[in-house]
Amino acid sequence: MNKVMSNKWMIAFYIMPALLMVAFLIFIPLGLSAYYGLMEWDGIGAMEFIGMENYITAIQDAAFWDSALHSFLLAVFSTLSLIVYLAISMILASKIKGADILRKIYLIPMLLSSVAIAQLWIKVFNPANGMLNRALMWLGVENPPAWLANPDIVLYAIFVPILWQYAGFYILIYYAALKNIPESLIEAAKIDGATPIQIAYRIKLPLIKGIVKVTVVLAIVGSLKYFDLIYVMTNGGPNGASEVMASYMYKLAFSTNEFGYGSAIGFLLLIITLIVTVIVRKLTEDKENIQY
Amino acid sequence: MKKLSYILLYICLGIVAVFQLLPIIWLFLFSLKSNREIFGGNPFALPREWLWENYAKVWEGGIGLYFFNSVWITVVAIILTALFASMATFAITRMHWKLDKLVLGLFMVGLMIPIHSAIIPLFSMFLNVNLIDNPISIVLTYTAYNLPITMMILLGFYYTLPREIEEAAIMDGCSIHRLFFRIILPMTTPVLSTIVIINMIYNWNEFVFVNTFISSDQYKTLTVGIQNFIGQYMTDWGAIGATLIISLLPILIAFIFFSNKVVEGISSSAVKG
Repeated sequence: MNKVMSNKWMIAFYIMPALLMVAFLIFIPLGLSAYYGLMEWDGIGAMEFIGMENYITAIQDAAFWDSALHSFLLAVFSTLSLIVYLAISMILASKIKGADILRKIYLIPMLLSSVAIAQLWIKVFNPANGMLNRALMWLGVENPPAWLANPDIVLYAIFVPILWQYAGFYILIYYAALKNIPESLIEAAKIDGATPIQIAYRIKLPLIKGIVKVTVVLAIVGSLKYFDLIYVMTNGGPNGASEVMASYMYKLAFSTNEFGYGSAIGFLLLIITLIVTVIVRKLTEDKENIQY
Repeated sequence: MKKLSYILLYICLGIVAVFQLLPIIWLFLFSLKSNREIFGGNPFALPREWLWENYAKVWEGGIGLYFFNSVWITVVAIILTALFASMATFAITRMHWKLDKLVLGLFMVGLMIPIHSAIIPLFSMFLNVNLIDNPISIVLTYTAYNLPITMMILLGFYYTLPREIEEAAIMDGCSIHRLFFRIILPMTTPVLSTIVIINMIYNWNEFVFVNTFISSDQYKTLTVGIQNFIGQYMTDWGAIGATLIISLLPILIAFIFFSNKVVEGISSSAVKG
């Protein structure tokens, strides 16, 4: 038995296809990204080693800082919206009839491609005929804004479909965690005279703290690397007003052929994501483990 | 009092449901209307005339080809991912070797990598081996990038498979391949269906890789195809609506029939950073 299951050739046969794919298509490119970041390179011609110059350029590049600021704003909004999702999940998990079908309805936008969502919301935001402005005009608002053309509001306008897309996902996660809380604990609290608000805040929330932490990391990291929907909806415009880090990087590499500089930004994106993940984990670290 | 508060809670939940569904319903309605009706009439009125020809027009106009490309690329990548992930999970959980924990760790680190950090090097690697503008590059990247999450979902299931089965099989002189393909793999059908559906959603909706690696129209998938296509039909809202609905339909249909599997898969993908 042990002999058959520890045959080296057989182990290699089973592990290698997956291992090679992940090595060649995930890990080697990441290493190369660090390497290209040290080069002056247009993607086709010869590379020239320039050391940390790309990173120095990035630090002095106002457009990069703007895009980073927008990414962090998205992270802040996504994290704050978790509070709303948590509240909705609490309601949903409190013996509501039809909770199962409701959480599935909430999930539908999450299943659609970012491109389709972007195209749909371009139409929703259309100044004259979009769903939103038609509703506003029907309510009596004169001259509702051109949501995606106004540099002052475009960033917040595109946050809406992003939150729309992910709401169902977080509600689903919280709902599953809340449903895992033993009914006896809630009953005991009720007998002791706890109000629903107290139960939610003092009993349920601490018990699902682990999951809340995971979702905070997901929301922040997901926001920092967010790309597809913004790229399709506004391509960072007008005039960089909705540019985020990933779209800025993409533009550098594939529109202006600055592969070296683009790689440096890509590598920064990776480092920032990892650092933020570690910081959030540390900040939300548990001193005591709750058992039930 | 209690009843009143319940009604209020239902209203809250209902508002969220309406917010989540309304844009999609609006999209479906205008996909069946003419521009005149879209711009003139009530946005939520049923179409006066149901213009199914919007759908026929865009399907003939190129969406049919993109749809076909999406289908075969999605299917091939799902098969490769499911097979390779199952094999690797089998090797890690059932076979005896020293580096198994380290290799597993490597796969799990793969969960946290932002794809955008790898896309420039991937592009130049594919350029060097002449796979740019070749659908093979897409199938390979989909497979590789979905392996970590797929293995994550498989792991839990493999750990629960009883060891007695393989012991008995090996005692009876069964080869490893026979054990894996004839005994273990069929036993994992329930979790395989979860990973198939979750991979289907990822592959069907993927945009960045195709947008970066594919330039010819003949290889484009729906997500990238509708991008160009909508450019052509800039002012024809009915055509745009029909295009979008066609692109959403396979996933929505899968969701209607396998919603529990989708929920299960999406919950387990929570760890995917």
